[in-house]
Amino acid sequence: MEELANLFHGFAVALQPYNIMLMIIGITLGVIIGVLPGLGGANGVAILLPLTFSMPPTSAIIMLSCIYWGALFGGAITSILFNIPGEPWSVATTFDGYPMAQQGKPGEALTAAFTSSFVGALFAVIMITLVAPLVAGFALRFGPAEKFAVYFLAFCSFVGLSKEPPFKTIAAMMMGFALAAVGLDSITGQLRLTFGVTELLNGFDFLIAVIGLFGIGEILLTMEEGLAFRGGNASINLRVVLHTWRELPAYWMTSLRSCLIGCWMGVTPAGATPASFMSYGIAKRLARRGNNFGKGEIEGVIAPETAAHAAGTAALLPMLSLGVPGSPTAAVLLGGLLIWGLQPGPMLFVEQKEFVWGLIASMYLGNLAGLIVVLTCVPIFAAILRVPFGIIAPLILVLCAIGAYSVHNSTFDVMLMLVFGVLGYLLKKCNYPLAPLVLAIVLGDKAEESFRQSLLGSQGSLGVFFSNGLVSTIMALGLVALFWSAIQEGYSRLRTSMA
Amino acid sequence: MKPFVLNVALAAIAMSCVGSTASHAAWEPVRPVEFIVPAGTGGGADQMARTIQGIVTKHNLMKQPLVVINKAGGAGGEGFLDVKTSSGNPHKIIITLSNLFTTPLATGIPFNWKDLTPVAMLALDEFVLWVNAEKPYKTVKDYVDAAKQAPSGSFKMGGTGSKQEDQIITVGIEKAIEAKFTYIPYKGGGEVAVQLVGNHVDSTVNNPIEAVAQWRGGKLRPLCVFDAQPMAYDEPIADGKAWKDVPTCKSQGLAMEYLMLRGVFMSPKATKDQVEYYVELFKKVRATPEWQDFMKNGAFNTTFLTGADYAKWVAAEEKRHEGLMKDAGFLASGN
Repeated sequence: MEELANLFHGFAVALQPYNIMLMIIGITLGVIIGVLPGLGGANGVAILLPLTFSMPPTSAIIMLSCIYWGALFGGAITSILFNIPGEPWSVATTFDGYPMAQQGKPGEALTAAFTSSFVGALFAVIMITLVAPLVAGFALRFGPAEKFAVYFLAFCSFVGLSKEPPFKTIAAMMMGFALAAVGLDSITGQLRLTFGVTELLNGFDFLIAVIGLFGIGEILLTMEEGLAFRGGNASINLRVVLHTWRELPAYWMTSLRSCLIGCWMGVTPAGATPASFMSYGIAKRLARRGNNFGKGEIEGVIAPETAAHAAGTAALLPMLSLGVPGSPTAAVLLGGLLIWGLQPGPMLFVEQKEFVWGLIASMYLGNLAGLIVVLTCVPIFAAILRVPFGIIAPLILVLCAIGAYSVHNSTFDVMLMLVFGVLGYLLKKCNYPLAPLVLAIVLGDKAEESFRQSLLGSQGSLGVFFSNGLVSTIMALGLVALFWSAIQEGYSRLRTSMA
Repeated sequence: MKPFVLNVALAAIAMSCVGSTASHAAWEPVRPVEFIVPAGTGGGADQMARTIQGIVTKHNLMKQPLVVINKAGGAGGEGFLDVKTSSGNPHKIIITLSNLFTTPLATGIPFNWKDLTPVAMLALDEFVLWVNAEKPYKTVKDYVDAAKQAPSGSFKMGGTGSKQEDQIITVGIEKAIEAKFTYIPYKGGGEVAVQLVGNHVDSTVNNPIEAVAQWRGGKLRPLCVFDAQPMAYDEPIADGKAWKDVPTCKSQGLAMEYLMLRGVFMSPKATKDQVEYYVELFKKVRATPEWQDFMKNGAFNTTFLTGADYAKWVAAEEKRHEGLMKDAGFLASGN
């Protein structure tokens, strides 16, 4: 009960007019940051961090975390409208969100995305409120082997559960792994595959690849198909929100599952990106209309968005209680905590009650404020699609170029983005799926790192991946997901022979 | 947001003033100054750079904005090369850590600190030997005995990065006590500390600021500090013990010393006036209470050097790193 009293005290702190004002400013800035591809939440928070040094720590973290929520919401907007994910975890949202927008249902897709985001975040905050100390301990059990197992599960659930030809999926994924290998090898400290080109020191940034593959690739395809943008007949009034809300409760099972996946991934801390992909992959297999996924199914928007937000929110828990950031943005917030003289770690919940519960209360209020802000803007966002393609395409191109440039302030990246654009166009023409490629670029080097760390620790024995109950279970789940189709087929064959 | 808008406005006014009185003898920035961090967001160097940025903004120490930019690619090589190629641009400064020496040596990236203009040493970061508080080793001797008895290579040392400061110290310890560790590199110091709390590694050489929270929470135990004298801070942190009570490793029979540079350089061909401007700026930063708090939180060694003394220190340290890295077999082929 003490927690509840603390929480209400936290609400009192967060509801001071000054803090409410900061909350709304934060959300608005966050949405803008999320909409611009390239300028991610981490960059946005880092840029604005010094502004908060003169504020009291509680107000500062409220504003910064609201920027974070805003960026989480904003990432979905360009994914749905233009097929350009503003953030890594919005990639999975494009799979069904963009087709929905093209079918004249951008309002529905946006409402579903925003509402699911809210549900996911709310679920994670409730979890943080109730079981914070318990879950924090769980994160400690994740060494390199356990982390690799989680990445393995993310890859397997994608290969095994997708309906694309498995060899094309694997080919695309391998290409992603190769691209992810460029740059510094973090285990040996040597440069790999850079061929002495200074610009390649950093490797291929995920965002550049995604902006090119999806954004530019899509524009090229649309041009080929006759310059028609098919979202023109979108209804643009607020009734679409209410109408969509009536539909949503039917998908409660998908939401719940995605919430659980998201919380788990956020705490471990694998992050929002594997959470969104994993949740989409599993929903695709288990949903009744799973065959329609990828063609504009609302459930395909709900699953990744819910999981991404649950993970994004849950990622703050290990940061506060252990000092390990669960996402890049959380890493920047962590730096902020230290500068304000707060040491994240086991003692924070004991020594800085007002701060911790003020932050948790602001998670409830900030998400609610965010939902209201973005939902009222749905008609405006949807109306963008009425602008003729001839006008909007150059704008998107400029937006993509600015986004690519702002990742590392480098013009080389803009060129790279164009190259990826052509590549994306060619792959699409040959019916290679882009998602596994992107997934491998994002998670490839992390998976490799964990794999090699595990083997260093075990002195080369692969047994480390089955050395305890936790890691064995995750690996086994991964293998089941990988061979799911084969298992299912074998099972049905068994049943026919029995009959 | 208001203070920010106000600052920008002030900066704009200040800029126009500077423009009109350009005949002034002392140099001052006329454009926003880029503060390059050759490491990722959230790490030690990044925290220091952003603290400085916050102090400069809060106390209005500069008329132009100071903008922190992370260029972490190739173990910081990206950041160093960026400053190296900005010859004659006084609006670019860079904060360095030991990767100033280790990155060119380990990767063969064409860069040396002599390519840059030294400005000032801001502080030195300490390294402490940490073990999990559940482990029976209470002293360095217990630890060394345990490490020696364990089968060769089964004792795991976690650290940040590969062929950088943490691994150099590990090799130093191995030599000093004639044991063989398995070194496991991670991306960041905070992650390393948590791996130790979770018992996924046996010991670490985290900087104080990375592990202090776990010490206070009773999860980790400091055994010794790799410095010639104990740290200066006597405020109790856990169980009535302060940083000052952590003995030096040398006094405990583990002969290894290592301190990491937290210093600032600027682009090549900077004039004396320009260097002088930044030295004065950092003197002002060091005088603020925020900076002193920051030093205390991280238990930093607050040595401050400029000019020839600084260059001499860096040169000596480069020699030492070359020796250490050569002994450890970390040099890139072709060096």
